Amino acid sequence: MASSPPASSLSVSGKSRSRALQRKAMDRLATVLSWCATFLVVFVLGSILWTLLKNGLPGLTAALFTRSMGAPGQGGGLANAIVGSILQTGLAILLGAPAGLMTGIYLAEYGSHSRLARAVRFVSDMLLSAPSILIGLFIYMALVAPLGHFSGFAGSVALAILAMPIMVRTTEDMLRLVPLSMREAGIALGAPKWRVILFICVRAARGGIITGVLLAIARVAGETAPLLFTSLGNSEWSLDMRRPMASLPVAIYQYAGSAYQDWMQQAWTGALLVTLGVLIINIVVRIGIRGGRT
Amino acid sequence: MDGSTQQPAQPTVAKARHSGSLTGDPLFKALAMATGIGVLLVLGVIIAVMAIGGIPAFKAFGPGFLFSAVWNPVTQHFGAAAPVFGTLASSALGLLIAVPLAFGTAFWLTALAPPALSSVIGMAVQLLAAVPSIIFGMWGFFVLVPPMAHYVQPTARHLFGHIPGLSALVAGAPFGTGLLTAGLILAIMIMPSITAVMRDVFVSMPAVLRESAYGLGATRWEVMRQVVLPWSRQGVVGGIVLGMGRAMGETMAVTFVIGDSNHIGWSLFAPSNTIASLIALEFPESPAGSLKLASLMALGAILMAISFITLWCSRMLLARGEAQAGKR
Repeated sequence: MASSPPASSLSVSGKSRSRALQRKAMDRLATVLSWCATFLVVFVLGSILWTLLKNGLPGLTAALFTRSMGAPGQGGGLANAIVGSILQTGLAILLGAPAGLMTGIYLAEYGSHSRLARAVRFVSDMLLSAPSILIGLFIYMALVAPLGHFSGFAGSVALAILAMPIMVRTTEDMLRLVPLSMREAGIALGAPKWRVILFICVRAARGGIITGVLLAIARVAGETAPLLFTSLGNSEWSLDMRRPMASLPVAIYQYAGSAYQDWMQQAWTGALLVTLGVLIINIVVRIGIRGGRT
Repeated sequence: MDGSTQQPAQPTVAKARHSGSLTGDPLFKALAMATGIGVLLVLGVIIAVMAIGGIPAFKAFGPGFLFSAVWNPVTQHFGAAAPVFGTLASSALGLLIAVPLAFGTAFWLTALAPPALSSVIGMAVQLLAAVPSIIFGMWGFFVLVPPMAHYVQPTARHLFGHIPGLSALVAGAPFGTGLLTAGLILAIMIMPSITAVMRDVFVSMPAVLRESAYGLGATRWEVMRQVVLPWSRQGVVGGIVLGMGRAMGETMAVTFVIGDSNHIGWSLFAPSNTIASLIALEFPESPAGSLKLASLMALGAILMAISFITLWCSRMLLARGEAQAGKR
């Protein structure tokens, strides 16, 4: 292999041979350990998926999608939680996407290296990794406590704050990939800058920006912590965003800690649904942008 | 016919568009800038709200709030020391396990794996990062906790229970939950993001450096240890610190496996609490305006301070690493 002794070594050949062996052994050890680490990580992912499938599949019935949550033993489903999750995630994206896209446009097209833009980029990156439970507490203090009641709307706002930085990041990155010559061509044709940005740059970066939105959906759809203090959860069918609203992750949290067989079953099936949804979005996105930023 | 009717119309269209650009451009720029400033404001307001929410607790207990390990809703006495200790200890354990795993995986992905396999496994690792926190919690509670209680903990006690220095580490009843289990779950959760950062900085090293090291006869491990790692040190540390920042704020997964108990101790197996898990567990029993809620808010403010300082450090390191990569 590549571990032949260096030409400059004039030492006794036996000594240099043992040194070469030692180096080779070290390389082998590192290789084996590295294989083990990778195997372990893949094994954990496999174990999680296997556990979810094994425990979740038996509960995948039509009733799960048609009935609302009920008392243990009464054959409830998760319909209201599924719809609640879709509604809250959807509204969160509707609220977060315009802000995320505009901020991304500002960072890529206007601010670039200004001091303000650097600060915005920095803060957005901080929000990207900020503890989600703090966002929940913040919305509780800012929206729930003053209004006096939990609401699906408050949950959406909390999720929007979590979703926005992802879209800021991808929008900026993708706009930076649009070649300068396209902007120049647009300007040369007499288009104002805002038109060039919206109808040439954003259009060219469309795929990447949609990717960002999808990743944001995948991220917030599984969030539990920020919803605990905002939309609270609701065991009844409700489409009213001004009232407490059920969501799949919160329902899983409530059921997983219970001692009832059927609630446990629904928790596993709910967990399977959330995980499959999130992973499928991620796989689609990652296959779509092979080689792009992860 | 066509040309004659359109010809005179064209200048007016151009003019209209031009005047549109005069009002449209500044407007659009102002809008974009305003949303950018809005992002800054969001963080500012979050910090302000958390700090204000925690004021009653700081007022009631003074600086002692930070150092008191008591959390007693009956006597209305609350302190931050136990959950802060739990947060730091579980994150440290998580890092201790995650860093070697992440490094090994990044080494494998960049130097050892066949290209086709590398991209598939790389994606699998990133999928692990996408799994929601609560799923890790359930998996940890139902898959990881039983073997911890039945095998790991009794074995550890059997092996180390008599050694004076180590016996404190393995003391306690075999619940299966506790600091070490939380550390394990955290390690799995933060490992993908550390791996991603490591892989990116390893790959960003100019190929010439790697090739010349191989040309001198270095083994793959020597190239990694003596060329790649020194070259990408700052990025690697930045990635590790980023992982730590994530670990400290992790809520749902930890809530399932930490065991919910407020005390400070050296045992790896003792039930404990982190700031985030305490907030998640105690919030439902904290009526609005109560001292307990204020204490939770104060804890939130402390968590925010710790994690933002950590994330700030990580961003600085990563940015400096990137700048250096650009220079060389």
